[in-house]
Amino acid sequence: MGKSADTTEEWHALTDALAVGAAVLFAVVGLTWAFAGIDDGIRFHGAVLAAAAVIGAIYILMNMGQTHDRSVYFDGPIKFATIASLFWGVAGFLIGDVLAWHLAVPALNFDLPWISFGRLRPLHTSAVIFAFGGNVLLATSFFVVQRTCHARLAGRWSPWFVVWGYNAFIVIAGTGYLLGITQGKEYAEPEWYADLFLTIVWVTYLLIFLGTLARRKEPHIYVANWFYLAFILTVAMLHLVNNAALPVSFLGSQSYILYAGVQDAMTQWWYGHNAVGFFLTAGFLGIMYYFVPKRVERPVYSYRLSIVHFWTLIFLYIWAGPHHLHYTALPDWAQTLGMTFSIMLWMPSWGGMINGLMTLSGAWDRLRTDAVVRLLVVSVAFYGMSTFEGPMMSIKAVNSLSHYTDWTIGHVHSGALGWVAMVSFGAIYCLVPWLWKRPGLYSMRLVEWHFWVATIGILLYITAMWVSGITQGLMWRAYDRLGFLQYSFIETVEAMKPYYVIRAIGGLLFLAGSLIMVWNIWRTIRGDAPVDIRDQPRIAAAPELRAAAE
Amino acid sequence: MNHEPFEKNSLILLIGILIMVSIGGIVQIAPLYWIDSTIEKVKGMRPYTPLEQAGRDIYIREGCYGCHSQMIRTLRDEVERYGHYSLAAESMYDHPFQWGSKRTGPDLARVGGKYSDQWQADHMINPRSVVPESIMPGYPWLAKTPANIEGTEVRLKTLRAVGVPYTDEMVKTARADFAAQAAPESRAARDLARRYPKAKTVKVDGKQIEGTTELEALIAYLQVLGTLVDFATFDASGPNLR
Repeated sequence: MGKSADTTEEWHALTDALAVGAAVLFAVVGLTWAFAGIDDGIRFHGAVLAAAAVIGAIYILMNMGQTHDRSVYFDGPIKFATIASLFWGVAGFLIGDVLAWHLAVPALNFDLPWISFGRLRPLHTSAVIFAFGGNVLLATSFFVVQRTCHARLAGRWSPWFVVWGYNAFIVIAGTGYLLGITQGKEYAEPEWYADLFLTIVWVTYLLIFLGTLARRKEPHIYVANWFYLAFILTVAMLHLVNNAALPVSFLGSQSYILYAGVQDAMTQWWYGHNAVGFFLTAGFLGIMYYFVPKRVERPVYSYRLSIVHFWTLIFLYIWAGPHHLHYTALPDWAQTLGMTFSIMLWMPSWGGMINGLMTLSGAWDRLRTDAVVRLLVVSVAFYGMSTFEGPMMSIKAVNSLSHYTDWTIGHVHSGALGWVAMVSFGAIYCLVPWLWKRPGLYSMRLVEWHFWVATIGILLYITAMWVSGITQGLMWRAYDRLGFLQYSFIETVEAMKPYYVIRAIGGLLFLAGSLIMVWNIWRTIRGDAPVDIRDQPRIAAAPELRAAAE
Repeated sequence: MNHEPFEKNSLILLIGILIMVSIGGIVQIAPLYWIDSTIEKVKGMRPYTPLEQAGRDIYIREGCYGCHSQMIRTLRDEVERYGHYSLAAESMYDHPFQWGSKRTGPDLARVGGKYSDQWQADHMINPRSVVPESIMPGYPWLAKTPANIEGTEVRLKTLRAVGVPYTDEMVKTARADFAAQAAPESRAARDLARRYPKAKTVKVDGKQIEGTTELEALIAYLQVLGTLVDFATFDASGPNLR
């Protein structure tokens, strides 16, 4: 390294001191809100922040002065984020299914503020997108960037700060919704102080990622890292612009967004659609580009295709937002631009799908023999389906029928359950034995069960939403022979009931699948001997154990 | 084209990404601030009264936007079902906008004046008491919770700082106006109507607590939705053609 032992020790002492100082600073800010806050919400959240900071400080003090070997990967924060993703995944799916039953049986709202549909809905979306998806992205990006750069993660405490701070943000955001603390912008509900805290966490995340790339021993930056970098950078930009707000008081939880009306609508859907484009697509394509080739032990199908599809995907996605605002008070020129770019987006999306699927060339038998590969491949197939459906729904004529209906909900879930969650499950099933140094998963049969239960759940969900969405859209625009609207609004609500029940059952199956996964992962981490090791591919084992077996 | 520089230098990759992802947003968002026809020229728009704004804050808090849109599209069936298509001008003082994305329940952009205050109150407390097939949750606690009059002035000042044209007088009389809107036919209510044209007082029977309730604030907000613009003088051609 060129540094003497003394300077390394001094460097460690300095970073330890800085980390404790930062934790103390967060604790002071938290305590200020906890004691001087002007509403219950900020007092509670101040206490949460202070508690998280104190726990962090204690952890640092207990592990201070530890030396680490730069040639060893930094996997502790990855393990933490992996387990957190399982917890939030189950929580998010559970709340989603509760909401599904709310719509089928409204009495389940129980007339209680904290569990009524309007407050639980952002908890569901944040829990699955930002908590489950976000922790999967943190875990996999930290794992992939180290392995593809052959370098230890940059930072001594900062990776821990990122995973711990990110999850503290989730707790603050989620409990806030239940207490009625929200900015009222979809997928950007957390209030100003939570947003500021997330900004600090996110910038640290970006710096760690760049720092690790700078340390790499490989001349080339691997394609998965392009996608991760685009995801981290663009999400930072979207978050900062869309959440610009003025707090009513710096000691209170409420704020007002700087933008109003049509400009706010455009900014919001620029943000909202690119939360899909960069958080739920670019980030998860990073997962695809590492875990699919790794698991099937084949190179990525086309290097050239990955270049073309990367740059076109990130350039075109950012224009797609206005397709959420067709026929609204947004000026026509913006709507037309949004539609045009959304249709063009079909091409790079399918470029990515083809690159993922064709990576199986020469290894298609793995689809039959390895259920983890099946999860990964089916997720890419769902990605292809929903990235065809999306451009189709962005066409104004189609959108005039689909918008405001359950068709949109179905579309979102074919992407979220079929693509994002399935590729995450595949990656988690790969990661756990590799991180915890196990010879394989506890049970491959349980992965099979998870795959089938989840897939049937998704199919019930999206088909129910297609039927209900198109039915309701057609009923809204139906005229009788005399030229009057044929149905009152409430008649179209009544017609939805059977589909809401089917959807809720589909969601229940998906939730059941995730519980099977948690059981399987828990047994794997606990170190129970795999029950069907002969059915598992060599690649399922941790690298150390793979080499030993040879 | 040679892709090597992007793959071998993380800063070049970073800058390349930043340029690519910035263009679309700049082209689509920035012109909305300087193209004049973006927000139509209309008569009648005014900021929300203090009580209407408090109701709006409750609307946001309860996540009503998850199921109700406030945006009537330029489609024949929507205009016949809900009324004149929504104008950008009608949400020009909305921080944040509440156009919504889903109609599990009906659009609310022009719900103002469609039902009586009492219907709205009964419906909020138990939706199925007036619409048996409704799947909306009940909000009985709103009738038992006092509306937050504390900090009314500072909320108006904050909104003024982000661009809502509240006058000094409006800020100064905010508390009085807040209470006046739930006190029909009072002298204060007449002052309120002078400052905020078309402001309607709220009257709900069977009050469960003293003072203005969150339910009354929310009803004040719902009753103003879509009622402000004078469509008799609105010209969709000429300056508003877009």
